[in-house]
Amino acid sequence: MQYFQKRGGKWHLTMAGKDGAAGILFILPFLIGFFFVFMPLIVESLRYSFSDMQVSPEGYSLTLTSSHGLGNYIRAVAIDPDFNLQLLTNLGQMVTRIPLVLIFSFFAANLLNQNFRGRTAARSILFLPVIISSGVLVALESSDLLVNTMSATSEMSGNELASFLNVSGFLTEYTSLPVSVITGLSSAVNGLYDIVIVSGVQILIFLAGLQSISPSLYEASSMEGATQWESFWKITLPMISPLILVNSVYTVIDLFTNENNEMMTEIKYTIFNEIDYGYGSAMAWIYFICIAVILVIVGSLISRYVFYYDER
Amino acid sequence: MTTARLGRILWSVVRVVIVIGICFTILQPLFLKFSVSFMDEKDLYDASVKYVPKHFTLNNYALSLSGLSYWTTLLRTAALSATVSFVQLVACLLTAYGFARFRFPFRKILFACVIFTMVVPPQVIMLPLFMKYRFFDIFGIIKAVTGNTVNLIDTYWPFFIQAATTMGIRNGLYIYMLRQFFKGMPKELEEAAYVDGCGRLRTFVQIMVPSCVPMMVTVFLFGFVWQWTDSFYTSLYLSRTQVLSTALSSLAVNVYSQYEGFGGTMNFISPGFVSMINNTGTVLTVIPLIILYVFCQKSFVEGIERSGIVG
Repeated sequence: MQYFQKRGGKWHLTMAGKDGAAGILFILPFLIGFFFVFMPLIVESLRYSFSDMQVSPEGYSLTLTSSHGLGNYIRAVAIDPDFNLQLLTNLGQMVTRIPLVLIFSFFAANLLNQNFRGRTAARSILFLPVIISSGVLVALESSDLLVNTMSATSEMSGNELASFLNVSGFLTEYTSLPVSVITGLSSAVNGLYDIVIVSGVQILIFLAGLQSISPSLYEASSMEGATQWESFWKITLPMISPLILVNSVYTVIDLFTNENNEMMTEIKYTIFNEIDYGYGSAMAWIYFICIAVILVIVGSLISRYVFYYDER
Repeated sequence: MTTARLGRILWSVVRVVIVIGICFTILQPLFLKFSVSFMDEKDLYDASVKYVPKHFTLNNYALSLSGLSYWTTLLRTAALSATVSFVQLVACLLTAYGFARFRFPFRKILFACVIFTMVVPPQVIMLPLFMKYRFFDIFGIIKAVTGNTVNLIDTYWPFFIQAATTMGIRNGLYIYMLRQFFKGMPKELEEAAYVDGCGRLRTFVQIMVPSCVPMMVTVFLFGFVWQWTDSFYTSLYLSRTQVLSTALSSLAVNVYSQYEGFGGTMNFISPGFVSMINNTGTVLTVIPLIILYVFCQKSFVEGIERSGIVG
């Protein structure tokens, strides 16, 4: 009981206790929000996923689905022919995209951290995606027929260029990389825009981290004769590693819950167009569990290599 | 010596190419929208027109301005976004400071809960959220007093309630950013204040808050932008009142019906027309944001840089 102390027959708050109380008062908005706004919604949504919902003019009624309420889940995993395939393709796409986003944003942040003319302008342009890749704008973009055709034509010329250079053919012929890796790489290059557009926040976070590395570290290492290459691996990377963790967590969240993610649109479609709330919720929960598992795997993989400057 | 110099020159050339390339990738679609918004429909089907319209027209803007009822919608959206992001900024500031500086039981678990709120896909809670505000009640008190629950749909209350309880759009991220900032501040500042007899809340308001203004601007701007472009929650909470994002998603249909009202004839909505109007609407929606961004850019970038989101 470090928070309370008995003094003169009465319980008093110790200093630590007062601090704790103050802390709880400070996070009160979150506590209220989490327990009285957020949790009820989660519980409610779980209940939907275990039920069949009948909507009538007076309201709605819930009945437990077959096999102790697991009916919707069983339908998604074992009966629906599309769901598994869709889920797996989606997860595969996203998982390959995570390292690309991380590498690109790290690279871009390093670039923007150097001194060159027009740096401010370049910075503001690279953060623009934070604005233009959000909400309704993305939805409109993906439904825009004209722009899609236009970009398809420009992509075609891009493909012509690719076939002219024939990089992927070159790679298959002269390297022993597996074909799946090469196709993955070339599709990543073709999808550069998709990568750039989701990296805005990550670039900002990396840039912040790079700025906070003390220059004296670099000075000292160059005095000792370290090359830039060495100081990158020995100073920049370890110092930035906590942010790699932060960014990978954010990237996973952002990629998977993005509004134009295929799985998300599918869930939305099931709920609102097919008016199948129970099944939609079950799909969403399965999807959510997959995200959580990926998040835990990514987090634990990366946090093994994270270096904390002031380990406490 | 000369090879090092050569290397540096070579690298700066490569750097310029890369930076310009990336900037082009980002700007090109924006520019395309901008140029399409000045085109006549004829230009869309003309293969020789790439970026510069042959039949330059402001017609799209006239149609979109009236279709969006632009100026009233703009004001409404700006007011809503500003209030919501201000309210959530205050709530997130308090929460972040609490997590950064005080030790209390279950602190780590509660912070994991902050991350958890971000991970749950909004679609999961969409329907319960609607139900909650359609039949709003606080522990059954309102029903006990007035005999009925309150319908908060089509009011601004859902936004404010979500914002004040840090359950708004991506508030977990803001809490995280602000917490990292506060953790990076030297403790001596506050200790000095405590020694001088300053209370905890007053220390927070008078010492901590002024020193994180750039960071606050950043969070405010994020909140503002994401509220501005959000159509998920706005279309959920508001069915009759239009804000820019919801007006934008139904813009083409609106313009089409108005077009008929003007005596124009159109047998079907051509995809080219839809795209043209949508692009114009997008430009109209984004321009205020870009203006705001240009003004706040300096403290925005600095704020992020000084945040020291490390550890």
